[in-house]
Amino acid sequence: MPFELIVALRYLREGKGQTWLILTGIGVGVGVIIFLSALITGLQKSLVARTLGSQAHVIVRPREEIPRVLPTRDGAVRDATVERPAQRVRSIVQWQRARADIARIPGVVATAPSISGPAIAVRGDGANSVLVRGIEPDSYGRIVNLEAFLKAGRLDLDGFKAVIGTGLAANLGLEVGDRFRLRVGTERDDAGLAVYTVSGIFDIGNKDLNERWVFVSLRAAQSLFGLEGGVSAIEVKGAEIYDAEPLAVLITERTGLVADSWMRSNEQLLTGLRSQSSSSLMIQSFVILAFALGIASVLAVSVVQKSREIGILRATGTSRAQILRIFLLQGSILGLVGSAVGIALGIVLGVFFSRLARNPDGSATFPVSIDTVLYLRSAAIAVGVGLVSAILPARRAARMNPAQIIRSS
Amino acid sequence: MSVPGTGNSDALLRLESVTKDYGTRIVTHVLRGIDLVVEPGEFMALTGPSGSGKTTLLNLIGLLDRPTSGRIAFQGWDIAQLNESETTALRGRSIGFVFQFHHLLPAFTAQENVMLPLLADRGRRDAEMEDRASALLDEVGLADRASYLAVELSGGEQQRVALARSLVMRPPLVLADEPTGNLDSESGAQVFRLLRAFNERYGTTFVIVTHDDRLAVQCDRTVHMVDGRVDSDT
Ligand SMILES: Nc1ncnc2c1ncn2[C@@H]1O[C@H](COP(=O)(O)OP(=O)(O)OP(=O)(O)O)[C@@H](O)[C@H]1O
Ligand SMILES: [Mg+2]
Repeated sequence: MPFELIVALRYLREGKGQTWLILTGIGVGVGVIIFLSALITGLQKSLVARTLGSQAHVIVRPREEIPRVLPTRDGAVRDATVERPAQRVRSIVQWQRARADIARIPGVVATAPSISGPAIAVRGDGANSVLVRGIEPDSYGRIVNLEAFLKAGRLDLDGFKAVIGTGLAANLGLEVGDRFRLRVGTERDDAGLAVYTVSGIFDIGNKDLNERWVFVSLRAAQSLFGLEGGVSAIEVKGAEIYDAEPLAVLITERTGLVADSWMRSNEQLLTGLRSQSSSSLMIQSFVILAFALGIASVLAVSVVQKSREIGILRATGTSRAQILRIFLLQGSILGLVGSAVGIALGIVLGVFFSRLARNPDGSATFPVSIDTVLYLRSAAIAVGVGLVSAILPARRAARMNPAQIIRSS
Repeated sequence: MSVPGTGNSDALLRLESVTKDYGTRIVTHVLRGIDLVVEPGEFMALTGPSGSGKTTLLNLIGLLDRPTSGRIAFQGWDIAQLNESETTALRGRSIGFVFQFHHLLPAFTAQENVMLPLLADRGRRDAEMEDRASALLDEVGLADRASYLAVELSGGEQQRVALARSLVMRPPLVLADEPTGNLDSESGAQVFRLLRAFNERYGTTFVIVTHDDRLAVQCDRTVHMVDGRVDSDT
């Protein structure tokens, strides 16, 4: 063991009371940081997971129909009232090719064609406005794990079968095996009115979606909305959820289609997450500042208390650099041990809290993630802060004049 | 370390017109021109009334402080030419100290206290330095106290540990500032006998500040200081 470390450890052990106090202080500080980070990342993860559980990372749609003002033959543009046309359910032109193009983009994990369109679900006297979602269970299953949300029945969309949410089932009094009608509310003559059998009931964890989403087969939706052979959207899953926005941009570049990432359509959620992160960062900064001051003051006191010993050490061949290192080491050791205590405390707090806070279904409100990177980073920061806080006291110790100290004691 | 000599390199220590002033606004002339030559193996007492500058002189000789003017040569090296780290290295290896009070580090055992100069010099603990420390503790009659903490030792025992520590680097020179001043006459005499024994056994040069005339007369040479000057040298 190096000389400086021997002396540093001995001094820390000698100053028992102070050492324990400051270690407790650092421990509580780091523990709060760890716990807070675990809490916030856990909450954010589960929020994002919940959002993305029922949603593709990117949804690709045909371009909007944009009204154009036709110039007259002489090139002048007359006053014209530009009216946005009613957006109907439209197909992506040559969607198979577009889908293949998208699947080739690096970072794309899965693609699925779908049709979404408004309709009215009717049963007896009850009626509910719904969003019909035509999908292929296989391809869509790779994007949203619908199977996992099923509360009753099976995910079977063959023929005129439909999977509906618990909300709609309650509103219309539907159970697995019951029938209901879907009316498509367009003014077209061949507007469909078809009878569907409920094959399964899902609970996606979102009241609105549970009331509004009706899954049918892609083919059924095509005939419902008069889109024979077409699809209204291609849903895309990427490898990395937070890369969804750049991926959407890339898809638009490659295909010329409109691509919306979940990040764009959940901007509010993201803004919320960001401000949460920055406020936790601020708390962390203050905790770090507090323990830096703590270490600095403990060491400053220790330098004064130990000035006589510093004089003796200097007189018996200890160099200034060695004295400096002895005190820098003390700061670093306090940071290291304190952060170890804090990490343990943070984990205990996190586990305790996650046991305490449970969802109605018994799952933890937020999952405590054992985040090794966070722990290593906290320990590194604590050691660094300990070292920096020790600089001033250590320099003071190293600059002491041994002749003066020995004389005055 | 190649520093030009100051002439006679046979002398262990050579001081020429050394002065030391303290203070900038009100200047105190503590040493007013000291000329002194100490030969290897000398056993010398430094006496004088309180405030005559004995400790100040010892600090200069021990490279803990620098003179205001004049030259100090140690083993032929002009110490004015040494930088901070060279001074520390020379002091650590060539000069041992025994102080009047507060000699030991309380958080360390007797053996560790004796070892500390070696530890600082080598950077790491090793078996050889432990053996050397144990042997020295044995020589000062404290073999059975090796693992005691400093605070668990009596004043006389502490001073003997400090003496062992001052010798662990096998320095040519040991400076002792009233080493017996704080002890009863019995243990004071014991410490003094040890100083003498080491001087005879290893040829170590001792400069001992003392107020005790009975001890001073047992030294080979007595330098008496008055008011920052050497008053007599016998
Ligand atoms: N840092 C300083 N600033 C001003 N004066 C000082 C300083 N250090 C010592 N002195 C003065 O120098 C003079 C000599 O002090 P020194 O300690 O060398 O005396 P001494 O001979 O060792 O005395 P004693 O026998 O009491 O130990 C004293 O008058 C003291 O006040
Ligand atoms: Mg004195």
